[in-house]
Amino acid sequence: MSEVKESWGSRIGLILAMAGNAVGLGNFLRFPVQAVQNGGGTFIIPYLISFLLMGIPLLWVEWAMGRYGGKYGDHSTPFILDNMTKKRMWKYFGVFGIFTNLGVMAYYTYIESWTLTYTIKSLKGDFIGMPVDQVGSTFDQYVDLASNINTPVWAFIAFVFTLALNIYILSKGLSGGIEKVAKIAMPLLIGFGAFLAVIAITLGDTGRCIDCNSLVGLNFLWEPQFDSLANPKVWLAAAGQIFFTLSVGMGTIHCYASYVKPKDDIALNAMSAGWMNGFVEIVLGASVVIPIAVGYLGLDWVKENAGFMMAFKTMPFLFDQYGSVIGVLGGVAWFGLLFFAGITSSLAMGTPWMGFVEHEFGWSRKKSAIILGVVIFVLALPTIFFFGKGVFDEFDYWTGTVSLVVFALAEVVLFGWVFGMDKGWKEITSGADMKVPAIYRPIIKYVTPLFILIIFISSLIKPLNGELSDWATAFNSLMAGDGWLWANDSIINQMFHLNTGIIWIEDGVFTNMFYIDLSRFLLILTFVGLMAMVAIASRRRRMKA
Amino acid sequence: MTTSALITMVLVQGTVIFVTAYFFRKVLKAPIRQEPDSYSENDELER
Repeated sequence: MSEVKESWGSRIGLILAMAGNAVGLGNFLRFPVQAVQNGGGTFIIPYLISFLLMGIPLLWVEWAMGRYGGKYGDHSTPFILDNMTKKRMWKYFGVFGIFTNLGVMAYYTYIESWTLTYTIKSLKGDFIGMPVDQVGSTFDQYVDLASNINTPVWAFIAFVFTLALNIYILSKGLSGGIEKVAKIAMPLLIGFGAFLAVIAITLGDTGRCIDCNSLVGLNFLWEPQFDSLANPKVWLAAAGQIFFTLSVGMGTIHCYASYVKPKDDIALNAMSAGWMNGFVEIVLGASVVIPIAVGYLGLDWVKENAGFMMAFKTMPFLFDQYGSVIGVLGGVAWFGLLFFAGITSSLAMGTPWMGFVEHEFGWSRKKSAIILGVVIFVLALPTIFFFGKGVFDEFDYWTGTVSLVVFALAEVVLFGWVFGMDKGWKEITSGADMKVPAIYRPIIKYVTPLFILIIFISSLIKPLNGELSDWATAFNSLMAGDGWLWANDSIINQMFHLNTGIIWIEDGVFTNMFYIDLSRFLLILTFVGLMAMVAIASRRRRMKA
Repeated sequence: MTTSALITMVLVQGTVIFVTAYFFRKVLKAPIRQEPDSYSENDELER
């Protein structure tokens, strides 16, 4: 172990960096789409309940674990977890807190590079007068590197530049790099978001179709449909959104909080950063994409096409409908906002690795950052060159979805049951600048683990589309001896390809599944590599003790 | 917009804005701790 001289510059800087960690592309793209697909205005009820019973407890648990680890000089989850128990195996669970970040950072930095390119394209007025189909095909060509390998590969160059930018900022440390970026990016992001929300809400009736009205979009987003509350799919979607939006179960919060001294507050900091993320998501995120899209393309189009790629394949066209000046300003604000949301998150993803290698192996900040850059570059290559083959989604599924739930479940069990709630509660409330409601003590011990366990089991064996009726159909099928009816995105089906079987070659050509399984092997290799590094670090510690 | 959608939106967004502002204000108003604290920018001021 070596002493690492890192600290936050100011409390506001820490909160903005932590909020920036949480605020990501999902606040503007995933949340409104999830709400549209899961009961409109009613989605907010399971969303807020999940926030109160799972989000807030996990925020406090992760901040407390981080600060506790920092007391012993630990800045990454393997040894933060290790310090909380005498059982050696927990530090290997902590590997998730580095692995997830490397996996997500690989494809996230690539998306970030799209936003940077599209900010410049918007500024240049590249989308002026372009029909919607052409905007879509422009993006498809931009990311189709596999077949355009001989043409100037701007997407690849932009990725390398964005990654280099991330690495440079990380090499400047917490207060000199990450915090400075957060202090600039977060106010700009909120400003851009507010501007876009105003032009979206005031758009009104455009006359392009019968229901082409931004208020129809808002109405669709907020109209309560109470019957959807009985649907487990809606609850799972809401709980899943809380995971993604707060960046819990990743290890980044632990790392940031590990630089807070034991006597300083974490309870209020966690609330301030968590609710700031909620503001960006519920107030700004919900007021941009859907109202503008419905305003120009109508409700039916949105119901059919709402999704992540709308950001790049549709939004430039929609901004252009405002006229050239607002079109350019809107495009720059939109992609600029996404870039700031992206970079504040990707920087956070780099810090657990930095904390781990600087502290355990005594690497300098610069060396740690450069090696991180090389690792991310290698991990990102398949997501870039085999983008159309499903590799991108594969990375997102395992590192950006499943790993978060597994790690969050492990950490909350460790905190409430192994470390113990007496010590745990003391860690949360120590130095607190607010009164932490006592009801959260039993919630953290019983409710939150149960909540996450239900999410995990439901995701593990999810049937068909996950609707209430699908569970009954799958149980009947199982009882009749016909086996369980797996949803394509259930963990078990994803793991073993049960619905399709393993087909790597078809008609003499490698199938998408081949590329997907190859990328999965790369992820497993990364995880095993990190486990080996943790084992080596552990041995070094024992030898020094 | 229907009345129920409008009420839901105003109620939810209003609550989120209020709670966010409340916690952020609480951070700004919190008393400064004695050195050494977690933050380096105020180190010079304390000496």
